Amino acid sequence: MINVTPEVYSVAGLNNYVKTLMEQDFALQCVAVEGEISNFKAHSSGHWYMTLKDDTSSIKAVMFRGQNEHMKYKFVPENGMKVLAVGRVSVYERDGAYQLYINDMMPEGAGSLAVAFEQLREKLEKEGLFRENHKKPLPKFPRTIGVVTAETGAAFQDICKVLRRRWPGAKVVLSPSLVQGADAPASIVAAIEKLDRSGVADVMIVGRGGGSAEDLWCFNDESVARAIYACNTPVISGVGHEPDITIADYVADRRAPTPSAAAEIAVPDRQAELDHLKQLMSKPVMQGPIALINERRLMLDSIVDRISTRATRKVEIERNRFSVMASKLDAFSPLKVLSRGYSITEGPNGVVKSVDDVKTGDKLNIKLSDGTLSAEVV
Amino acid sequence: MAELTYEQSMEKLEKIVAQLESGELGLEESLKLFEEGTKLAADCNKALNDAEQKIYKLNGEEVEEINVI
Repeated sequence: MINVTPEVYSVAGLNNYVKTLMEQDFALQCVAVEGEISNFKAHSSGHWYMTLKDDTSSIKAVMFRGQNEHMKYKFVPENGMKVLAVGRVSVYERDGAYQLYINDMMPEGAGSLAVAFEQLREKLEKEGLFRENHKKPLPKFPRTIGVVTAETGAAFQDICKVLRRRWPGAKVVLSPSLVQGADAPASIVAAIEKLDRSGVADVMIVGRGGGSAEDLWCFNDESVARAIYACNTPVISGVGHEPDITIADYVADRRAPTPSAAAEIAVPDRQAELDHLKQLMSKPVMQGPIALINERRLMLDSIVDRISTRATRKVEIERNRFSVMASKLDAFSPLKVLSRGYSITEGPNGVVKSVDDVKTGDKLNIKLSDGTLSAEVV
Repeated sequence: MAELTYEQSMEKLEKIVAQLESGELGLEESLKLFEEGTKLAADCNKALNDAEQKIYKLNGEEVEEINVI
């Protein structure tokens, strides 16, 4: 045992000494730690407190608001989630506890980005950002197409190419932005807001070409989603390739699988319009004044035909009616009855229908089919 | 009269064709509409054929024309 006289420290002094020692160690000033989150607590101040642990050990960790609001892949930590935390190790002097001060943190392992994505998707869906009834209809014949993407990217060239082929009459206005990297979300938001505020565009395409999940991640940013939602201009998203779906796609008024496809949706097709115009102009009424007059003549002919058919028909109907009536009249004719041997007897008081209608000595006229007999009642 | 957009011209032309086809108008009015329709069709055709794409960039508060190949 070595005999030395210990130096006497105050508690604060000791903690401060240890802290100074730690902060002199470069390795501890930037460490990346893999671990599982437990005891996670999001304080009302906005700071996050948690413990990172693995099978045998644990370390306290804190992520201040200033850091957790600017994570590259925004997600809300949950207990049990595996993460990679990047930060520095230092001492919390009050408790004499060393802990990890996290600068950035990302979910680890397969599907972890998907967890962050799903969390944000659920949150915004609950808030109603994807509601169908908030989605604005696209103009049928836009005169100016706004585009938010990188000025030098292939996406912008592709968009211009499609627009030129389909609807060259539309002006294209680029609001340039970064589309990858940590500054991309803020840049995209600014570009969207600027274009929307300018009011020049009838419809807006927001997007970029294909890339890795990390490259496209800025379109999964909450602030980008909110900027699209707040837009007065209808927005078409076109991010990456066919299977890539981003949060921006959910919130946009229309989603296209690629930037080129977004351009296809944005404008009508010139050729289809030319065909439509041709079809309109080939109608008989558009064949010139002679055609117009001929059209009238045809119409007149058809009216005359209709009138004459109707008149003929009317005459026929009347003729039929007459012959029916005539045969009815014939059937009920009294002469017809007399011809079968019946007779009509008339007394002084008219037609005799009963023996009580006459008395002895009355003169009678008996009408037969071919003449009248005179008789007397005896 | 301000120049009509392609959309307005096309809408008007479609309406005129429908009116002419209905045959409910007098001949004189029909001829007048026919003339107007022909002019609108020429406008639409010109708009579709003569259009040349123009590309601009928002640069600060400025809007400048740019070339994209």
